[in-house]
Amino acid sequence: MNTRQQSKLIYSWYGKPVSSDRKLRTSQYKGIRITSESSRTETCIQLGDFVLVEGVNADHPYVAQLMDLYEDGAQHKRAVVQWFCRLEEIPQNKRKLLKREVSAQEVFFDQVLGYDTDIAAETIIKSIKVLPLHLGEELPLVALNKEQTFYVKQSWDGKCFKVLSPDTFSKLKEANKKRGVITNSSKAFIPSDSVTPVKKETESVVRSATKPKNVDMEIESKHSTSKSSLAKERHSQRVANNDIKTPTARKKLELNSPARSKGRLLGCEVLGLLDDDCDAIAPLEPSATKRKVKFTSEILGSPPKIPCSNDKSKSTSETEEHCHRFSDTVRLTPYTKIRDFSEKDKNLHGKDDSLSLVGYQRLSPDQSPVLTPRSRRTCAQKTSALIAEQISMLDQEDFLSGSDSSYSSSSEEEEDDDVPCTPEKKSKSSRKFSTPKSSRKPAVHTPAKTQKKTPLPGTPRTPRNATPEIPRRIQAAQEPASVLEEARLRLHVSAIPESLPCREEEFQDIYNFVESKLIDGTGGCMYISGVPGTGKTATVHEVIRCLQQAAENDELPPFQFVEINGMKLTDPHQAYVQILEFLTGQKVTATHAAVLLAKLFSTPGPKRKTTVLIVDELDLLWTRKQNVMYNLFDWPTQKHSKLIILAIANTMDLPERIMMNRVASRLGLTRMSFQPYTYKQLQQIISSRLKGVKAFEEDAVQLVSRKVAALSGDARRCLDICRRATEICEFARQKRTPEIVRMAHVTEAIDEMFSSPYVNAIRNASLHEQIFLKAILAEFRRAGVEEATVQQVYHHHVALCRMEGLQSPTVSEIMAICSRLGACRLLLVEASSKYLHMRVRLNLSQDDVMYALREE
Amino acid sequence: HRHLLELLKRTTVHGESNSALIIGPRGSGKTALLNHVLKDLREMKQVTENLLEVHLNGKLNIIDPTNDKVALKEITRQLQLENVVGDKVFGSFAENLAFLLEALRRGNRTSSCPILFVLDEFDLFVHHKNQTLLYNLFDISQSAQTPVTVIGLTCRQDVLELLEKRVKSRFSHRQIYLMNSFDFKQYIKIFKKQLSLPAEFPDETFAQKWNNNVQHLSEDKTVQDVLQNLFHHTKDLRSLHLLLMLAVSAVTVHHPLLTAADLQEASRQHRTDSKANIVHGLSVLEICLLIAMKHLNDVYDGEPFNFEMVYNEFQKFLQRKAHSIYDFEKPVVMKAFEHLLQLELVKPLERPSARAQREYLLMKLLLDSSQIMDALQVYPNCPTDVKQWAASSLSWL
Repeated sequence: MNTRQQSKLIYSWYGKPVSSDRKLRTSQYKGIRITSESSRTETCIQLGDFVLVEGVNADHPYVAQLMDLYEDGAQHKRAVVQWFCRLEEIPQNKRKLLKREVSAQEVFFDQVLGYDTDIAAETIIKSIKVLPLHLGEELPLVALNKEQTFYVKQSWDGKCFKVLSPDTFSKLKEANKKRGVITNSSKAFIPSDSVTPVKKETESVVRSATKPKNVDMEIESKHSTSKSSLAKERHSQRVANNDIKTPTARKKLELNSPARSKGRLLGCEVLGLLDDDCDAIAPLEPSATKRKVKFTSEILGSPPKIPCSNDKSKSTSETEEHCHRFSDTVRLTPYTKIRDFSEKDKNLHGKDDSLSLVGYQRLSPDQSPVLTPRSRRTCAQKTSALIAEQISMLDQEDFLSGSDSSYSSSSEEEEDDDVPCTPEKKSKSSRKFSTPKSSRKPAVHTPAKTQKKTPLPGTPRTPRNATPEIPRRIQAAQEPASVLEEARLRLHVSAIPESLPCREEEFQDIYNFVESKLIDGTGGCMYISGVPGTGKTATVHEVIRCLQQAAENDELPPFQFVEINGMKLTDPHQAYVQILEFLTGQKVTATHAAVLLAKLFSTPGPKRKTTVLIVDELDLLWTRKQNVMYNLFDWPTQKHSKLIILAIANTMDLPERIMMNRVASRLGLTRMSFQPYTYKQLQQIISSRLKGVKAFEEDAVQLVSRKVAALSGDARRCLDICRRATEICEFARQKRTPEIVRMAHVTEAIDEMFSSPYVNAIRNASLHEQIFLKAILAEFRRAGVEEATVQQVYHHHVALCRMEGLQSPTVSEIMAICSRLGACRLLLVEASSKYLHMRVRLNLSQDDVMYALREE
Repeated sequence: HRHLLELLKRTTVHGESNSALIIGPRGSGKTALLNHVLKDLREMKQVTENLLEVHLNGKLNIIDPTNDKVALKEITRQLQLENVVGDKVFGSFAENLAFLLEALRRGNRTSSCPILFVLDEFDLFVHHKNQTLLYNLFDISQSAQTPVTVIGLTCRQDVLELLEKRVKSRFSHRQIYLMNSFDFKQYIKIFKKQLSLPAEFPDETFAQKWNNNVQHLSEDKTVQDVLQNLFHHTKDLRSLHLLLMLAVSAVTVHHPLLTAADLQEASRQHRTDSKANIVHGLSVLEICLLIAMKHLNDVYDGEPFNFEMVYNEFQKFLQRKAHSIYDFEKPVVMKAFEHLLQLELVKPLERPSARAQREYLLMKLLLDSSQIMDALQVYPNCPTDVKQWAASSLSWL
């Protein structure tokens, strides 16, 4: 969708080049104009403005300040920006350094080196606001639109958070001021004792209302004609809000929302959102309560009237947008007024709370108002800005319970959210209203958060992304009691060893490869092969772990780590879906995911981190056209991909054997093969795992390792044998005391695992089954072909029976015998419909059968 | 038994992951063993609340035998994860798999409830595409996730060779072989035990009488012969049950005790040849056709024949005898031939196509000559000349 919309935008320079450099053939400009063809709107962004820049995830564009605009020699429009980073962009483990809650609106002044600050001007989406704040300050309550406004308190340099230096603070402030402040009457009602951020906020309200004037006017007029019932002043405010979005955003909305609102929202929900929107506008009025009541009732009274013609799409799309991106609509202006009441109404808390609840329940038959607060409640929970919908809820409460209690309750609610002195209350209220229904959409972006929420008992719907969990066990797992049990635990394949012995060299090679690519910021592939159980996956994971540690200690640039396993995919094309989900959290179909990923890796992402992708069991991604593999290996070769692929498979010559030339060539020649472990290595592995536990005889370990090394060199097998040996030892121990695994135990375990089952099976077969096998051998010898029909075997069988003096079986019995042997796969038989002409073949060598039968 | 019990106990108590295969021929008591162990396990107090069981049968997936989809759904259902999922529509197969893996990945050794997967007819899971299910189950059992024990039941001795190498590597190679390794004495003991009435039988005097009778029976020579015969044929206990069932069903109020004759009769019924039985019900003409086919088989050494050849052979027989009793019209003979076809005593070599004429369709006889001869011996009112003809096709020359 993004691409489509972008193609219709025209970026042109605003004004004449300010200065130009002849040598570099660059010329600098002071602004850029973004014109959208379809809506015929035009926005101008100047130097120093704050902008949103297209990012990896369409829902979370990057925030940046425009520092420079120029056109380079190749006539490409470039922009130099100062980045701000959102909380989501900061690694999880660093977030705790912050030691405080951060709202979704807060961004950090980005001082991380290494991000490309030079971007293509075409990636700029629209202009926004970024307001600097002091650390101690609360987020201002009066905000225009969360979508549009961000706050900066601290800077982030990749290691720690710092308070903004006064220099940058003032610079940022300057940048804001530059846009000009036009005072308005709304400032009048702010009491003198209110805190500064509030003031600033109101300013911004006003500013935004007045700034993009030229566009503003026509839309305003359009609106006011369509919506006659609303006061004009109110309306212009609202339109202003609409208008802060550049046409880009608007158009995007228009593209998005009809489909979305149709698909996801019920009709009444849309209606509810509409109401909501209007509610949110209402508080802007100076005389809050009276108007509010009037306004809501008016809306409730005439819902079908409001969504008229052209207004409808716009307002639905807008509200949709608001809800969807946690962005609140217009914040409440009379906050300060209410604040005054808060002190004296503290004692009313309990009462009000119940009151609001009652009001709520009473409202519930009425669909639309209930839906509104509910759906907005989630947003509120995540951001600290609960106020707007508190008010909208209170509106309804007022509307029912009369204007009398409105002030007290609203102030109470306000305080609830602002002052962190009543935390238990907050949690209570939020839980009360957070029905899973509302959390559905936000959950798409933040699955981790939804988990914390406790769905109301009795509500049929659960969060969409509920992460399933195996029930907890009731009793705790026992800890190993004896030495043998301890040894067994350590020998389990799942036990993660501290280090991987005998793979130091491979480890170093892979580490160096990935590290160098990380430092260079380039992409590359590496193919790792080896028979099963040689520690390929373990080594690669170990490398990643070390790299992650290094990145945490800031020795390396941070990177993203994605892993897919061919075996865990149902279809090779699902690989795209999984990678995309890892990277951005989006869930789309395979084809769409492929397109998105291709775009992601082929376009220069300004702030994108390097991605390390592990593809396990690569051979299963094989398709006839091999397009999955082709794409995977093609991306790293792209200039801007910053993708490192570590492909793991069993066969050494996979590239030559199954890949087409063009795929194999993209895979490159960086290969590594893991040799099967030698017996010494296996011995070392076992003893390193058993360090400190005296459970095995030295010779026993050696026997196991030699045996396995001779067969396959599979470390898993080796560990399994040892584990089995401890069990056998444990059985035997009951008689005697020594708790050590000896040769005898190991031999028994090995025999158990490697013994051929066939001979044993034949020896335990019934007499006639054995005779039948003899008859088959006789027939084979007669015919000289290793295949016979049952009829032929039958004759031999009868003859043999006569020789032994046994009653000869009937044909039905022979058929039964034959099918029994076939089921055990001692014989390979055809489908039984052929009856006597069914062909029979031995599944083991004739010598084995003879050997097994001779013993009798 | 003890091995398996230990294994499962460790899984539940210590949260250790394991995998094992129980291999043995049909009727060797694999499922019985597992059920027995599970019963013992459930009696242990520690275990009861701690174990989740998932039973899957390889036959489960009838419609699409190479897909894990149904199995996955079944796992989710049996783990009762679906109520976590709520009304979420289970979308694609891929989503399903990812969901389940995610669920299992979340657990760790000490805190999650161990799960026991029982895969009945394990060999059928091997044929699933890529062996995805097996790979993932074994992979979980080999990594530090939710403790899982995978137990496969199969009768195929070569099942390990069917596993893909990476799946095989993840399997722990614990195999428990079950064999019917008892000898005839034990077999008799089993027979006695199966037939005896339990102590809690209401009518005590009858129970005693019955049990005495069983004791006598087990020492009787004819009964031992019958059992020996069956034992030679198969050690499968199910067939013993079948035989006893047949015998016991002869018991009535007037005939309260089982006799050796009953057992013999049952054994006879048990052993009868199904195809030969069909021959007993055929008309003389059809028998004649069968004999003609048998001769053709003898002459051409098992080469396929068609109706014309059979008819020709039959005509030869008639000419020699110059009898008019069997002088049927050709369509009548054709009808009889088709009846044999329906009874599957003869079988066409290839599918009957519309173009080929029925008379020239190549056929094969599904009976052995000895079967025909045996059937003729007991066939009532068989004309002697037909019998003679059957004995030798060339005796007239």
